[in-house]
Amino acid sequence: MATIALASGVEERVQQPSQVTLFFRYLRRNKSLAIGLAVLLALVLFTVIGLLVVSPKAAYPLAAMTKQPPSWKYPFGTDFFGRNLLAAMAVGLWQTAVIGVLAGALGTLIGIILGFISAYFGGWLDNLIRGICQVLTPIPVLLIQVVVASTLDKRDVTIFTMALIVVMLAWMWPTLVIRSQVLTMKERQFVSVAKLSGVSDFGIIFKEILPNLLPFIAAAFVGQVFSAVFASFYLAVLGLGPLREPLLGNIIWSAQGQGAFFNGWWWWPIEPAIAMILILGSLALIIMGLDELANPRVRRSE
Amino acid sequence: MATFRLVVRRLLFLIFVIWAASTITFFIPRLSSRSAIRERFAQLARTGGFAPADLEKIIANMQHQFGLDQPLMQQYGEYLWNVVHLDFGYSLNKYPSTVLDLISQALPWSIGLIFVTTILSFIIGNLLGAIAAWPKAPRWMRTVATPFVLLTGVPPVLMGVLLLFFIGFKLKLLPLGGAYSIGIVPNWSWEFALDMGMHQILPALALILGSVGGWVLSMRGMGVTIQGEDYVNFAEHKGLGGLTIFRDYYLRNALLPQVTGFALALGTLVTSAIVVEGIFGLPGIGTVLQLAIQSNDFPVIYGIVLFITITVATLMVALEFVYPLLDPRIRKN
Repeated sequence: MATIALASGVEERVQQPSQVTLFFRYLRRNKSLAIGLAVLLALVLFTVIGLLVVSPKAAYPLAAMTKQPPSWKYPFGTDFFGRNLLAAMAVGLWQTAVIGVLAGALGTLIGIILGFISAYFGGWLDNLIRGICQVLTPIPVLLIQVVVASTLDKRDVTIFTMALIVVMLAWMWPTLVIRSQVLTMKERQFVSVAKLSGVSDFGIIFKEILPNLLPFIAAAFVGQVFSAVFASFYLAVLGLGPLREPLLGNIIWSAQGQGAFFNGWWWWPIEPAIAMILILGSLALIIMGLDELANPRVRRSE
Repeated sequence: MATFRLVVRRLLFLIFVIWAASTITFFIPRLSSRSAIRERFAQLARTGGFAPADLEKIIANMQHQFGLDQPLMQQYGEYLWNVVHLDFGYSLNKYPSTVLDLISQALPWSIGLIFVTTILSFIIGNLLGAIAAWPKAPRWMRTVATPFVLLTGVPPVLMGVLLLFFIGFKLKLLPLGGAYSIGIVPNWSWEFALDMGMHQILPALALILGSVGGWVLSMRGMGVTIQGEDYVNFAEHKGLGGLTIFRDYYLRNALLPQVTGFALALGTLVTSAIVVEGIFGLPGIGTVLQLAIQSNDFPVIYGIVLFITITVATLMVALEFVYPLLDPRIRKN
């Protein structure tokens, strides 16, 4: 960063504020993006510091005294199985992030590929892809994920299989979003100019259309991360998660299974619930903020 | 004639969706190496009762009874035929009862909860959203919607945990779970009805608070676009009263897309309700599903999934037929 700034010269910096300053200025206008990013950053910091302070092993059963309320020794308390909940929160957040980013990236990638094929080449391929999306839309996706997750051998259920299960039925929305954007983009003049000057199909897709879609792709990605986190959380709350792992949904599932509130262990289910609310809330705010960035019409109506 | 063709097309689409869902629930379990019957009897054998040598015989016999030794395509055909009859087979865990028995025992609980909460959150959310976007509404009325918008990111399950903590655990105002207090025998008295009602408040609140924000947001967006329309301005200049404009010109037009949104949200609403039921331990379909997952009762899992899918898809198509009743423009064409 420093070398680039020096190379571009001092005079230029006086006229043109740096990218970072511009970014912060934009954040000041786009409040929901700013708050969302801030909360997400705080969660990342918590996870990193948590993983450095407590050993991740403490997140697994029989690592600590059982059923301890929050205290100086265990700031977040411990659960029925002897997990140190501070460690469990850090590891659980980390695993949630892995599932979310992995499933989000995969889902967006599938969405981009199918959306482009569908919109750019059209014809029977378009009809097929759209048809599949239409038939799958009325089917509650979570329930099909329940079927898939329950047929797996319990030993096969890991963080990665969770991500794959979630992504398997969640690419329809990004596909439709990208498809509709490519459809409008295809008719723009710069694409016609490129076509007339003999640029190949792939050249047009990668050099002309894709860069212009980046805000939409970013929004679709965050949307995918949101739905992946959401879906994996629901599966885990139903008891279909990797049971040994301290995934946030698993903790709530086991807390309810042991009657945590009836027995007065209030900290056990409430901590993962608050963590999950912060994750989903920050992602929802970021989606709203990106929407404003990608969609100037929303900006004007405010 | 055109309407007739549309109805037939949508019904064919519905059949296609149900076929797709049943095909998924038929083939996915068969791709897995798990055998529900083998696991069930291995479990029984561990608790004792019969010799391991007999185990294979019993499994083979059971597989014959469930038709699992027939060719795959024949099984598939029979499966589809059974789905048409809403016959989802027997529960493995509660053997003599069928999956449909279990569903129909739990269904009244779930229907009551889902019906009431969905309708209430739709009405409350849309009214609040419409008022929030209506410039002539009093200021205090418009700010009522804000806290609900902030709750949009909180799904019903998490809302349930929060409500359990604050209202059930800290304030001790409402019970912490179950359908009625432990030790009470269900009967037809007012006390029992009151007790049952108290147990339903928190789950219902969780579902309503968890979904109202979404309606507020989308309705507010719709409202902002509609109040700029010429016909609203025209109605104002004609000197119509504020309430008439709000009800007949503004709300009615803004509600139309919301009905489509309602149909699309049905799946999410039902799945949320299922998970919430599990959290609160209500004897609805969600709890049956959770118990089935815990005990590896596969026919029950697949049966419930298929049953809900068919119901949701049918309701979605049915809502499409309601649409012309609400919009005279569609009825004319």
